[in-house]
Amino acid sequence: MKRTMKTLVVACGAVAAALGVGAGTAQAQGKTITLCWAAWDPANALVELSKDFTAKSGIGMKFEFVPWTNYADRFLNELNSHGSLCDLIIGDSQWIGGAAENGQYVKLNDFFKKEGISMDDYMPATVVGYSEWPKNTPNYWALPAMGDAVGWTYRKDWFARPDVQKDFKAKYGREIGVPKTLDELKDIAQFFQGREIDGKKVYGASIYTERGSEGITMGVSNYLYDYGFKYDDPKKPYAMDGFVNSANAVKGLEAYKELYKCCTPPGASNSYMSEGLDAFKSGQVALQMNFFAFFPGLYKDPNVGGDKIGFFVNPAGPAGQATQLGGQGISVVSYSKNQAEALQYIKWFSGGDVQKKWWALGGYSCAKSVLNDPSFPNSAPFAKEFLQSMGMVVDFWAEPSYAQLLQAEQKRVHDYVVADKGTAQEALDGLVKDWKAIFKEEGKKF
Amino acid sequence: MNELSASSRITYRAVMVRPGVARRIRGLSDKTLAWLFITPTILLLLAINIFPLLWTIYLSFTNYRANRANVPTIWLGADWYRSILTDPDIWAAMQVTAHFVIWTVLIETVLGFGLAYLIDKKFRGHGMWTTIILLPMMLSPAVVGNFWTFLYQPQIGLFNYVVAFFTGRAASSFQMLGDVTLSPWAIVIVDAWMWTPYVMLICLAGLRSIPDYIYEAAEVDRATKWRQFWSITLPMALPFIMLAVLFRGIENFKMFDMVNLLTGGGPGSTTEVASITLKRAAFESWRTGYSSAFAIILFVTVFGLANIYVKALNRVKSR
Repeated sequence: MKRTMKTLVVACGAVAAALGVGAGTAQAQGKTITLCWAAWDPANALVELSKDFTAKSGIGMKFEFVPWTNYADRFLNELNSHGSLCDLIIGDSQWIGGAAENGQYVKLNDFFKKEGISMDDYMPATVVGYSEWPKNTPNYWALPAMGDAVGWTYRKDWFARPDVQKDFKAKYGREIGVPKTLDELKDIAQFFQGREIDGKKVYGASIYTERGSEGITMGVSNYLYDYGFKYDDPKKPYAMDGFVNSANAVKGLEAYKELYKCCTPPGASNSYMSEGLDAFKSGQVALQMNFFAFFPGLYKDPNVGGDKIGFFVNPAGPAGQATQLGGQGISVVSYSKNQAEALQYIKWFSGGDVQKKWWALGGYSCAKSVLNDPSFPNSAPFAKEFLQSMGMVVDFWAEPSYAQLLQAEQKRVHDYVVADKGTAQEALDGLVKDWKAIFKEEGKKF
Repeated sequence: MNELSASSRITYRAVMVRPGVARRIRGLSDKTLAWLFITPTILLLLAINIFPLLWTIYLSFTNYRANRANVPTIWLGADWYRSILTDPDIWAAMQVTAHFVIWTVLIETVLGFGLAYLIDKKFRGHGMWTTIILLPMMLSPAVVGNFWTFLYQPQIGLFNYVVAFFTGRAASSFQMLGDVTLSPWAIVIVDAWMWTPYVMLICLAGLRSIPDYIYEAAEVDRATKWRQFWSITLPMALPFIMLAVLFRGIENFKMFDMVNLLTGGGPGSTTEVASITLKRAAFESWRTGYSSAFAIILFVTVFGLANIYVKALNRVKSR
């Protein structure tokens, strides 16, 4: 009995020692850093990708993902309260001005220089959109991480139906196909609105109309840009009269409202990304406006993916062709206690092989080494469209006061498009008035 | 023996300590003692209520923004107050709030009192019905907001189907949350559904507090049921009804969560109640000085109205 007890004590001691040594090794290997982002498909791909970083560096990764509807509220609160929850943050492109001027992001110029990371290796639009503040100056606050833009999906299988093709040709005198212009897009949406497909009533298009955060602005911009809207006079910054509320911009706003009124499903007065996905996945709509980030997931969808889905870029309008920039850069939070490890992650993430794997897993790389690869356009059914879109992106204001500017547009546009309040001219004139007041409060001269 | 010694030691020590403390306490006046007891509470109140209020008042006169702590704070005087009180959008939000408060309180009071009157009569299954009626107020506003969003969905929502069944209109021909005319009523319906039971509970307490002998005396005097209701039930339950109106009025004046979930203030600004405007200014635009001024204006409004109302309530009670 005594011997048994002795053996047990020795065994327990050995196990405890082993565990103790194990824990010590884990601690010695490194820290754990937290990466903050939105809760969506690409975030899952990043979790997968980051396992390689942990394996290589010994630094553990924790993730804080917040749904899009609370993403800005949650993380801007965190940054504004100087919180150290996030060591790394993949922040929205419009945050960059505020985050840079308020000292919330670490400036990365010296780090890039030291590590040999060049912004010339990234798509120019993503560098301007995600990294630079002030815009078009070599001051970098983020590494372009997730390229994104608004694009469209359509039901390829419905377009291929003989009855649909016949009826469409009879009605519009042309073959049904991917729309080249916004007018063609409206025709298609109108054609499907209320139509019966396999005994089920379907609708034209799901577009962004959300009021609370940024939805309707991200949607209407795709029409406004194509109709000639500009944020300000290219020669005189912040001079907005005749650019924001030009006659062409007014027509663009009217066209967006027409599309909303004629061709969206009932109850689509507050739709954004997830509502669009629901409408498309449930087979309610023929067309869907949404960010490219969702396209890999949609392509894999068992009900509407594969051969049933097609993708196209935002069609052209009377004044040209552009699309709303989405996507984000990855930044180091200046309140982080693990800045060295966070920078290590950025260095690792900028690697060519990592960027390739990022794209393969479902993230959208901004690196030229990936995007300019000859095989890229055929690497996914939406890769060509993504590349084309990234060449024509326009972004919303990225000023420190962007949230106020955004709120003003949300209100003015939603009031006109959804709530039928006033005219398009009044909405855009009101928007200019609001934006002027905000810039005046900011001390801008125009 | 040992145990006894130990217990004696404890008693001895206690006896040794007590007179000192007692002497010290005896030396204090009643007033000092009272202060001693309430000081921790007062300190707590100062820290969590009074200081933030004073700080908010101070901020409301400055250009302070919580997201730009490094920008120097400038004293603006009453600029924000002037700008808020002359802003048509703020008045529009106040109108939306007034519409919401007036209609919800009216509907909840009428229905709540009616239900309380029915529940007060004993009938079969009385307990079960009381529990069922109370269920909505036990739910979280977030849950209520979310599931009513589905109930109002034009294609699959039960609400639209029920309306369609009774009116013959197509269920998807109208949208409660996306229509400028219907959305203000959509939020009123949800609030009334959720909070009528609360008003009912308060009214029920009022009805149960009326002594039976008053009705017995009325019966002896051959007063009709109608007469009994107008001369006994309603006047005696009135302070309770008024209390329910006060609670619901204050609560709905600062309504945020449910409306935010149902409509987000839309379509356009049709359902943008004052608290949504305030939240956007404070935590989306980070106009801390401006939103502090707006919060103070709202506080003074509610406080002023509630004070006038409480005076009226006291007058009714003293009758």
